Amino acid sequence: MTDLLYSEEEEALRAVVRDLLTDHCDAASVIARTESDAPHDLSLWKSLAEGIGLAGLLVPEAQGGQGATHREVAVVLEELGRAVAPVPYLTSAVVATEALLACDADDLLAELASGRRIGVLAVSLSVAPGGSYKAVRHENGSLHGELTGIADAAAADVLLVPGEDGGLYAVDAGAVSVVPQVSLDLTRPLATVVLDGASARRIGDAEPAVRRALRAGAGLLASEQLGVADWTLTETVRYLKERKQFNRPVGGFQALKHRLAQLWLEVVSLRAAARNAADALATGEDTDVAVAVAQAYAASVAVHAAEEAVQLHGGIGMTWEHPAHLYLKRAKADSIAYGTAGAHREALAELVDLQAL
Amino acid sequence: MSEETTEETTRATTEAASAAAELRRRAQELLAAHPPLETDQLDFLKARFDAGLAWVHYPEGLGGLGAPRALQAVVDAELEAAGAPDNDPRRIGIGLGMAAPTVLRFGTEEQKQRFLRPLWVGEEVWCQLFSEPGAGSDLAALGTRAVREGEDWIVNGQKVWTSSAHLARWAILIARTDPDVPKHAGITYFICDMTDPGVEVRPLRQITGEAEFNEVFLTNVRIPDAHRLGEIGDGWRVAQTTLMNERVSIGGMRIPREGGMIGPISKTWRERPELRTHDLHQRLLKLWVEAEVARLSGERLRQQLVAGQPGHEGSGMKLAFARLNQEISGLEVELRGEEGLLYDDWTMRRPELVDFTGRDAGYRYLRSKGNSIEGGTSEVLLNIVAERVLGLPAEPRTDKDVAWKDLAR
Repeated sequence: MTDLLYSEEEEALRAVVRDLLTDHCDAASVIARTESDAPHDLSLWKSLAEGIGLAGLLVPEAQGGQGATHREVAVVLEELGRAVAPVPYLTSAVVATEALLACDADDLLAELASGRRIGVLAVSLSVAPGGSYKAVRHENGSLHGELTGIADAAAADVLLVPGEDGGLYAVDAGAVSVVPQVSLDLTRPLATVVLDGASARRIGDAEPAVRRALRAGAGLLASEQLGVADWTLTETVRYLKERKQFNRPVGGFQALKHRLAQLWLEVVSLRAAARNAADALATGEDTDVAVAVAQAYAASVAVHAAEEAVQLHGGIGMTWEHPAHLYLKRAKADSIAYGTAGAHREALAELVDLQAL
Repeated sequence: MSEETTEETTRATTEAASAAAELRRRAQELLAAHPPLETDQLDFLKARFDAGLAWVHYPEGLGGLGAPRALQAVVDAELEAAGAPDNDPRRIGIGLGMAAPTVLRFGTEEQKQRFLRPLWVGEEVWCQLFSEPGAGSDLAALGTRAVREGEDWIVNGQKVWTSSAHLARWAILIARTDPDVPKHAGITYFICDMTDPGVEVRPLRQITGEAEFNEVFLTNVRIPDAHRLGEIGDGWRVAQTTLMNERVSIGGMRIPREGGMIGPISKTWRERPELRTHDLHQRLLKLWVEAEVARLSGERLRQQLVAGQPGHEGSGMKLAFARLNQEISGLEVELRGEEGLLYDDWTMRRPELVDFTGRDAGYRYLRSKGNSIEGGTSEVLLNIVAERVLGLPAEPRTDKDVAWKDLAR
């Protein structure tokens, strides 16, 4: 049976990541960074990826990784979600890494696992596992075309690009032009990738690699969404105990207490769904259903929690200075990333035999 | 692991194994002395009680052996394998789950000797006289009065939502013995004889057409002081034991996918394609996901309890299931279209158990309305979550330092 709890080792890992983020990823500097030339915090990435060795959790030791599982990765993502950390962990250490695990490119895999290089799968962030995605033209060993909505492309050293011929190609970031798109989520910015005769190396078949990568991305995104929801609920409760109006703490008004209690119930439910998806990805049992259930549920919880944080903070929650908006933007973008809840419900209809008309 | 700890663990394991072996031996002894197939059912149960195998964690002489509660399963398995009768625990659930632990904790030696054996063997059914028309969520505001007269108490009042009252020999009762002190302080806990001529039981018909519960009218009911449980004025604290045990006995089961209310509607969807519409499909899928997530939350809570890390999630599970049961059964009625306009049977009946799957969607829809009321309303549970889990300020209290007689009603 699925293990829905956290092991002692997982809790220890959480503590290490949280300590690092507390010291190096405070809200004020995350907000300041969003409008700088370097939206990604590469020094934080270096500490996480190389310092603690988190980039290689999904990669077997023989291939240069840590040989851990999706369960540990999920814990890391919860913490990164709690901090809306602007690092390419989900995109490089999960999605691109899963794609490489389905290919024949041990050199690249080892580089990503070590954290020395950042890899990004050049598929729009909005594509669901099993959904159709755009490919580019392959001609005489080089690629031609334009791909939009590529998350964290600005931080990438290498891009994994699907070709129209069915291949998946590795392309150095220096060989393409990456044009940032003004993105809703300031802490996971998108970019357009323009390939104008970029030289490319075929590393495997695109279809199975992309499918595997997006399924893992979708399943583990639920843990990031859990982190976003958990932080916004905790912070809102803390603030409402402190904030006084009408000579009382605002958190003592029953209308607000009930809303927060409902939200708490949603968050603990999401925890069970997210743990279930992480465990299913680790064991390979019932994985498609577990991922679809988690993604069909997670978005509404994370968005609800972030929207409540903005509303219940009153005016301060509407300011640029307060970090609530970073969580709202992340939660809303996450509700589209790797497929909407609706797309995952449609997938479930097939998986559990509840067909449409 | 250090050597010492290993040794301790080994010793503990060995002790548990030998305790289990001892219980098996005693069970076999009982079976040999009273072969189940040749023994009257009640006689067998009495013999089992006297052998200390009724509830092994109870003290010796009261149906137990002072053994760990977990070892009860060993005895049950041994006796069941031999085809021995059980005491039909669902029929006497209030006695076993609520009255017995309270009698054990607060009863006098005489009370324990008098009540526990007939309770456990099922000779005497118990019910619970707590809720009143004027005291639901605010149970401590109850107004049923008990007035001392010599060695007796004279009780007058009305109780409601009493299951099994029409079958019960005894009731656990809380009543007001001092109206001049704040409400929690003036309550006393009694054992009430349901055959007293002042006790009148009337079925309480529900919106489903049937009557699972009763109203109980108490008119000059005479209770000897020897049937008081705990001190005079300490009834609220005694009642906490009763209610805590009610909560312990709920939950802890592993449910398969589609095991709850989502099962029947999913089955109907698969078997009746002519009923499908786009709108119903979207709503069904959304509820299916929520039901599956609630199931996983329940499973996670169960795993936490097994691992000895009790979480707060239990408070939330009842909220989740109440809402889901209502929404799913509501959708199921709608899915059935013209059939949803019909109802299986409005005949007034007195079911012994609630059967959610044995009847039609309409029954499920109506009965599940009670899920957000019985055992704590959803609104009160939300307060409990907000205050005990999230640590938000408690509701302002205007009733704490006021004598009960001066409260608004």
